[in-house]
Parts: sequence; structure tokens; C-alpha cells
Amino acid sequence: MTQYLLSVPMIDGEPPRPPDDMQRAYERVARFNEQLRSAGAWVFAGGLLPSSSATVVRADGGEVLVTDGPFSESKEHIGGVWVIEAADLDAALAWAIEATRACGEPVEVRPFQENPGG
Amino acid sequence: MPGRPMEEGDLDVELVFRREYGRAVSVLVRVCGDIDLAEDGVQEAFTIAAQRWREEGLPPSPAGWIITTARNKLIDRLRREASRDDRQAQAALLHQRHEPDVELAVQDDRLRLIFTCCHPALAPAAQVALTLRLLGGLTTAEIARAFVVPESTMAQRIARAKAKIRDAGIPYRVPSSAELPERLRPVLAVVYLVFNEGYAATSGDLLVREDLCAEAVRLARLLAALMPDEPEVTGLLALMLLSAARRRARTGPDGSLVPLREQDRSQWDGRLLADGIELVRFCLQRNMPGPYQIQAAINAVHSVAPRAADTDWRQILTLYDQLLSFDPSPVVVLNRAVALAEVEGSGAGLAAVDGLPLQGYYLFHAVRADLLRRLGRVDEAAAAFERARDLTDNEAERSFLERAQAAATGSPGE
Repeated sequence: MTQYLLSVPMIDGEPPRPPDDMQRAYERVARFNEQLRSAGAWVFAGGLLPSSSATVVRADGGEVLVTDGPFSESKEHIGGVWVIEAADLDAALAWAIEATRACGEPVEVRPFQENPGG
Repeated sequence: MPGRPMEEGDLDVELVFRREYGRAVSVLVRVCGDIDLAEDGVQEAFTIAAQRWREEGLPPSPAGWIITTARNKLIDRLRREASRDDRQAQAALLHQRHEPDVELAVQDDRLRLIFTCCHPALAPAAQVALTLRLLGGLTTAEIARAFVVPESTMAQRIARAKAKIRDAGIPYRVPSSAELPERLRPVLAVVYLVFNEGYAATSGDLLVREDLCAEAVRLARLLAALMPDEPEVTGLLALMLLSAARRRARTGPDGSLVPLREQDRSQWDGRLLADGIELVRFCLQRNMPGPYQIQAAINAVHSVAPRAADTDWRQILTLYDQLLSFDPSPVVVLNRAVALAEVEGSGAGLAAVDGLPLQGYYLFHAVRADLLRRLGRVDEAAAAFERARDLTDNEAERSFLERAQAAATGSPGE
């Protein structure tokens, strides 16, 4: 079994979706999360607050630098993630298709390294 | 095997290599689970074969010999490098060492491999390169030449695709019947793209391109044998056979392009035509139409006309209408307009063509030019021919368009 990150890209400055649209998406995502749990594929999931809430820290020798804002200067940031277990990419893609239908946004699928930390 | 004179033994090994490389690699990938390892093993086995077969002649089953030798080489290698985390592969190899039915599973393995190579998670260019490399046994240099990219670029493309297969966990299996229609599409697209690159190449080395056509037909025959129940596989094979049949008549002695209606039909390859037409009949009987089958049927209608003037354009127009319902793209509308012009007149054809969003496509301008010429609108025709010529890199097409332009300006109307 490999773990895959399913991430949902968000683009800064895009107009927010209407509240009832968002509400329906939340409900679908909750149902999708239930499916993941009952299939034993669930590892972790969560949505993120806007990238403007991010802070970057950097340890450079003895110095620690704390800066405001997200690391990436692009307009695209991760809006939420799932971490799932799947036998292979096809299984992961099948979950990702459910995920994109649930949240209504594109979903990027990316495998984790087999042995975390080497 | 470049670099030394061709001997009879070399020819045999090379033939076996082209024919059996994909077969051997696909078995080894299943057994050891790693494409690079599998390729290394198979290449090593062929190196040994080149020496031994020259001395001892071909073994009764060259493919079986290669597969067994490659597997033994891999076991040796994995034992030597046992510190690596290949123990699983090693165990699998040892386990299968004496597997008696290895030859029987071979066909399925090639099908697995082509679905892996054409996985939708790989970019189309990578799908094509991997398929030619792993199933066709073409060298990276040959593929690079065929697609007119530097060899280093092609090597990188192939290496990246293999790494993605390994890292992302692209599975090595034939999709379930529920997934099959979706997953078959890129497979057929890759085969057709290989064929078209060879058939109507935009540029590149002539010999390599003929190889590409043959390779695409070979892949399609393999797919048709492995998936006899898939109508579009049959359709694609028929389409390619019928197109390939006209190859020789398609270029003049000076290498310039000869359009269908001016081709010497006695130059068409009767055997390929007969094979293609039989497959089209089979598709019609099965009556599960799809875009490749319909295009094959259109080709078949052209093929059965003894002279260009005998072409049943009404039937072709009907087939294009059917094709439009599957694929309502501007290119299909353009091709349909050619048939429409034959049935209802050049004016109707031109009306169907004008305004299509194909300004950058040389055939759009070539078709318009021809219709304008027939309508006697000489200046507009000349301008359209010129536009078409500027948009193609292919020398044969360019010189054809130049001649057509000259003829149009010289003799207006029909």
C-alpha cells in the first residue's frame, strides 16, 4: 500500500462560491470522508484557511527568520488535503475522482515516498 | 546493431529483436516488477544471443530462449546486488524460474504493458515514446529521429515516464471491462498517432517513418488479436490497412504528393485493401459503430471505386454525418465538406468550410483553395494555396500545393 496526497489547489483572488453551493460541497465531502473511512483508505484530511494566514519560518545557522505570508509567491496554494492509502495509482485516481466530484475543485494526486525519512 | 558489417546471423537476431523485444520485456516486467530491470535483462540476453546464434543457429523458440536467459541474468544480478531492496523482485524471479507456462502468459503480458505505457496519467508524448520503446523495441535514437527531437530529449522523456510509472504506482494490468472503454481510447490514439507520424509525417527521415507505419500496423494487429471483442480496435486496424494500401500511390516519382483522385489505383496494395475491406465488413455486421470504424468504412468506399469518378460520394457523405455524431470537431466538418462538394456542388462545400476555426491548419486552406478553383475564383484560390503551403513543413505536400497553385492560376474552373 502506498500513501497518496490528494490536494485541492485554490487560486488567490477568485470570487468565493455562493454559500449554499459551499454548503452542499461540505456535505458531499463529509459523505466522501465516510466512504474513505469505511473502506479503510482514510489516513487524514483537512481544509486550510486562506494562504494569507500563513507564516514561514526558516532556520539559517543560528538565525531564525520568521516572515509573513505563504512561501510560494504564486497565486495558487493548497486549499485542503486528503492523505489516503491505495494499492496503486488507479485506486488512488478512483478516490480522487470521487474527491473532485465532492469538493467541486480539481484534485492533484501525488504519492508519498515509501519510507518516510529514508 | 550499427558499427559492424551486416552478416546473416545479425539479420536473424535483429529480426527476432524487433519481433520479440516487447514480448520478452512484458514477461520480465511482470516477473520482476521493474521496467528498467526488465529491459536490462532482455538487452543482455540479446547481446548473448547475437554471439551464440551466429555460431549455433536460431534456437527452436527464440522468444523463450531470450526470456529464460534474461530471467537468469536478472537473478544473477539481483544476487550480486542483494544489498539493494530488490529482494521481493528476486524472490519472484526465483519462484518463477521453472514456471512451465511462461510462454502461455506472454500475450496477456504485452496487453498489460501497453495499458501501462498508455496510462492516462502519462503525457501523450510520453505514452507514444514508451510504447515504441518497450513494445516496439525501437531504440531511443530511432524514436528521437522519427519525432525530430534531440536524442537526449527523448531519453529524458522516456526516463521520466518510467520514473513516474514506478513512483506514482501506475499498475501493470489490463483494465477491468468497466474501465476498458475509457482506457482503450489513449491506447488506440497512441497507435494511430504512430501510424500518422509515419504516414503523413510533418518532417523527418523517410525510412524511419516507413518503420513507424509498419510498427503501428503490427501493434494494431496485436491489439486486435488480444482484444477481438473490441470493435474500435478492429476499426483502427482496418483504417490503417486501407491507408497503408495506398502508400505507394500517394507519392509521385519525384516524392511529391499525389491526391486521392489522381492516384494510379493499380498501384494500391490489393492484399492490404482486401484485408481492410474484410475487417470493415466484419465491423458493419457487428454494428457497434465508432469513429475508427466509420473512418475505415469511408476509406473502404474510396477503395472499392475502380476510378475516382466512380466514388460513391453519397455513401461517404452519410458516413461523415455518422462520424460527426461521434466527433463534431471542425476537422471532421472540413472532411465532410469535401464529400458535400462532390454531392451538392463546390458552392455547398465552400459554404460548409468557410468560417471553420481552422486558420492554422494547412488542409483547411488546401480544401478551400480547391473549392475556390473549381468555382473559378482564381485569385482567391491562389491566395488560399499559398496560405496552405506556408503552413506545412512537409516537402512533398509543399511541392504538391505549389503545383496546384500554378495549375489553378493557369487554368481556372473545371
